[in-house]
Amino acid sequence: MAALARLELSDEELERFTGQLDELLDHVAEVEALDLEDLPPTMHALPIANVLRPDVPGEVLDRDEVLARAPLAEDGQFRVPPVLGEAP
Amino acid sequence: MSADSLDSSRLDIPGLGAPADTEWETVVGLEVHAELATETKLFSASPNRFGGEPNTHIDPVSLGLPGSLPVLNEKAVELAIRVGLALNCRIQPSVFARKNYFYPDMPKDFQISQYDEPINVEGWLELPTGKRIAIERAHLEEDTGKTVHIGGGGRIHEAGYSLVDYNRAGVPLIEIVGRPELRSAEEARQYVAELRAILVAVGASDGKMEEGSLRVDCNVSVRPMGSDRLGTRCEIKNVNSLRSMGRAIEYEARRQIDQLTSGQPVEQQTRHWNEDDGRTHALRSKEEDYDYRYFPEPDLLPLNPSEEWVEQIRQGLPPLPRDRRFRLAEAASAVDLDHIALAVERSMDDLALAAVAGGGAPDRVMTHIVHNLAEGSGELAPEALAGLVHMEEAGELTATQAKKVLAVLVESGGTPQKAAQELGFEAMDTGEIEALVDRLIADNPDEWSRFCDGDNKLTGFFVGQAMKATQGRADGKAVTQLLNSRRG
Amino acid sequence: MTAVEIASGVRSGRHSARSVVDEYLSAIEADEPEVHAFNLVVAEQARARADEIDAAVAAGQDPGPLAGVPVALKDNLCTRGMATTCSSRILEGWVPPYDATVVEQLHNAGAVFVGKTNMDEFAMGSSTENSAFGPTRNPCDPSRVPGGSSGGSAAAVAAGFAPVALGSDTGGSIRQPAALCGVVGVKPTYGLVSRYGLVAFASSLDQIGPFTATVADSAAVLDVISGPDGRDSTSIGEPQPPVSDTLADGVDGLRVGVLVELSGDGIAPDVAARLQAAVGALESAGARVSDASVPAAVYGLSAYYLIAPAEASSNLARYDGVRYGLRVDAPSTPDMNTATRSAGFGDEVKRRIMIGTYALSAGYYDAYYGKAQRVRTLIINDFASVWGQFDLLVSPTSPTTAFSLGERTADPMAMYMSDVCTVPVNLTGQAAMSVPYGVGDDGLPVGVQILAPALGEPIMFRAAAVLEASL
Ligand SMILES: [Mg+2]
Ligand SMILES: [Zn+2]
Repeated sequence: MAALARLELSDEELERFTGQLDELLDHVAEVEALDLEDLPPTMHALPIANVLRPDVPGEVLDRDEVLARAPLAEDGQFRVPPVLGEAP
Repeated sequence: MSADSLDSSRLDIPGLGAPADTEWETVVGLEVHAELATETKLFSASPNRFGGEPNTHIDPVSLGLPGSLPVLNEKAVELAIRVGLALNCRIQPSVFARKNYFYPDMPKDFQISQYDEPINVEGWLELPTGKRIAIERAHLEEDTGKTVHIGGGGRIHEAGYSLVDYNRAGVPLIEIVGRPELRSAEEARQYVAELRAILVAVGASDGKMEEGSLRVDCNVSVRPMGSDRLGTRCEIKNVNSLRSMGRAIEYEARRQIDQLTSGQPVEQQTRHWNEDDGRTHALRSKEEDYDYRYFPEPDLLPLNPSEEWVEQIRQGLPPLPRDRRFRLAEAASAVDLDHIALAVERSMDDLALAAVAGGGAPDRVMTHIVHNLAEGSGELAPEALAGLVHMEEAGELTATQAKKVLAVLVESGGTPQKAAQELGFEAMDTGEIEALVDRLIADNPDEWSRFCDGDNKLTGFFVGQAMKATQGRADGKAVTQLLNSRRG
Repeated sequence: MTAVEIASGVRSGRHSARSVVDEYLSAIEADEPEVHAFNLVVAEQARARADEIDAAVAAGQDPGPLAGVPVALKDNLCTRGMATTCSSRILEGWVPPYDATVVEQLHNAGAVFVGKTNMDEFAMGSSTENSAFGPTRNPCDPSRVPGGSSGGSAAAVAAGFAPVALGSDTGGSIRQPAALCGVVGVKPTYGLVSRYGLVAFASSLDQIGPFTATVADSAAVLDVISGPDGRDSTSIGEPQPPVSDTLADGVDGLRVGVLVELSGDGIAPDVAARLQAAVGALESAGARVSDASVPAAVYGLSAYYLIAPAEASSNLARYDGVRYGLRVDAPSTPDMNTATRSAGFGDEVKRRIMIGTYALSAGYYDAYYGKAQRVRTLIINDFASVWGQFDLLVSPTSPTTAFSLGERTADPMAMYMSDVCTVPVNLTGQAAMSVPYGVGDDGLPVGVQILAPALGEPIMFRAAAVLEASL
């Protein structure tokens, strides 16, 4: 789980978080027990659909302003350590 | 798409050749990503444009800045619906989802895509051969940025560091997922060529493979001929042209057959096509399958295009390549189907139809279109093409002359009569031809006696001499007839 | 002076924006070291802006309905040229290249920004103790927490550092600190205020809203920041009537329900007593009050603690050290991502990312995230049946008055319980606000929560005004 989230936890943190996660899962077990098969899930509280934007170009960001705040930049691009592999 | 891939000539695969095996069947399913031809990105107003200085087509959304929010591009939806309709899909209410994974060229570290509720489902595409390939879905999603690997010869595993450009991040894509119903590299090529033609015809994409506007992932498996079960498949990435796709499929099928015939199972893998060594290489196996933790994108609302909108888009669709082939085949019956397909592929079917309608003999019209207009039709008007064909049939122009006249018409338009006149192509009268033939017989006594002894190959020699003497004005057919009658 | 009074004075030239902002800046100078409401105070910028407003007035222009009103912004609202950190090491010093929509709206209405307020890191918390830059203290009692996550904003208004502050409310993060600090706090209907430029915690729950000392001031601010925004897909497309116009219409004849599931068990007796007093005041003003039951509301907390972390785990993936903010170097990008995130995020953020990653992972999605979204439907349905019989509901905002610093930090579940009264309406998207209504046995403020159906702000504000007037 920690690897998926790109987090590294110390043994102490791992132990503590696991205990707290278990406690939370105990608490939410009350909803696990509910029979809600007939109810659809709600993704949005608002019954809105089809929000669309016209295909009209707008402002772009200033590259120098953005790169000046980047951790590391080179040749107008963001520089990162070796990525090691393709995207999954 | 390279000029090579536009050509209808069959793929030639150096070295490997098709799996000679008649005991194994290749099964291919393709996933095609096409960039949609919008002005702006899928979820923001920065420009969707190829090239440009790195990181100049960026805004808070396409850079994934904290606080930025996606808003769906109406044009991208319209284009997706056009593609769906052209692929005979059902257009349905859809939902965007987040596909979560870390990668530096993905600004938010999730991709907004459509997962279990895509906009287009259950369609089909018909190959020029008439075979139909089922389309599972054609959904909308955003593109990633581009990562360039510096050092180590640009190879990902040996690079010293990488540079990221987000110009492409957020460009709208349509991902078209076909069922594994293709049975050879050639069918796969036909499928992609046809799909590309459809995408271009409906204005959804420019279809340029070399600019990455069209990208193909190939799922390849093999099975014993006659089996109806699918074998374990491998997904091949990084095929950047129709040609390399063909090579990759042939190689991969061969590899899997070799694997199986030597008693080893095929492992389900994602593999990378290497253009240089002509092989596929394992990237990762199925066991390492990533948990993308898909869930509905809470920053976007469901998409439910109205029937009226879909109908309006349907009415506005241009004739599709398949319909255009039917139409041309009907008008120009008895013409080679490959030539029909090629005319449509080159968008010269309207020209062909008009020329035929103007009275041009279909076979001659199609011959010009396929063989003499490979570089385009330029200024050539349909009536001029029809007129040219008339002149040829009336014997007013020889085939060689007609080709020259055509070149003039392509270059600067006008009528064939005028062009022929300017080129000095006036038909020779009978007396003139007879005098010419008699002179050639007198000048070449050895050849003439061999011809009289039955060496018919010498017809070509005399016709050639006649052409040379008249700069192509002589009608080869008339010369041949005269030679034969003189021989008696 | 209230914000409404400041603006009318500035617009009419009775007093200058500069004199107003100077007064607030000197209060900040005096008491901010003890309270620590701010991550950033932009005194010079505020003075320059006030001068600009005064110049506009002098030139005969109208700077807008909030002319010269000092405003403190929660540090998760993007401000162009002004650092926005979310009280996290991972964004320390990050200066956004763009303004949030609400920031633009307030600026265009003549507001004067004084600074960015402290908060729980990425708005995850209920006490403002989860800030990388140290906790905020409750101005009513510095040994107590101000609530959270918008504790800095609540404290800024309570301490007199600004008449208006903006916060964000994902599970009660405006209402609970408002209650604990004794100020008015509003969580508008989801979609009424644009979220563009609000650094996301849980996208389907987050809403921006005001903190003020008075109900009328909150109304005035809401009228400025609400409305359609093409940059937020979840923004409601139709403009709504101004809340300020009907503020004085009273509650005569309104049907008010006491939300029993959120008003009985677990509510401290002194808090319950203040709710009873508030009910009495509404009745005297002509409201018909009876008990109302929303049985599913008790599941709110469970659903919330699955949905919010799930969305957060995805929203916070982008803090990877590539484009902005902190980078802890490492030999590869995956290692750099991990090192950056492990060093940059605090405990609570890591905890919720872990919960959320778990709730969304293959094999657990249906049991956790999927189930929670169905519970959400259940709660919405239960509320819907109650809205047939009631115009408004009331409950306590927080089960207790402000607790002591450190009291709940070791026990996340105890901390999560602070939100039990506030989370249900984030799940349903409805409007709710907290109005201060006297003090508890410890002399600390108690807030009453008023709940309204979606877009029920006008009626909700009428009741709030009645409660305020009855004190
Ligand atoms: Mg795919
Ligand atoms: Zn895709």
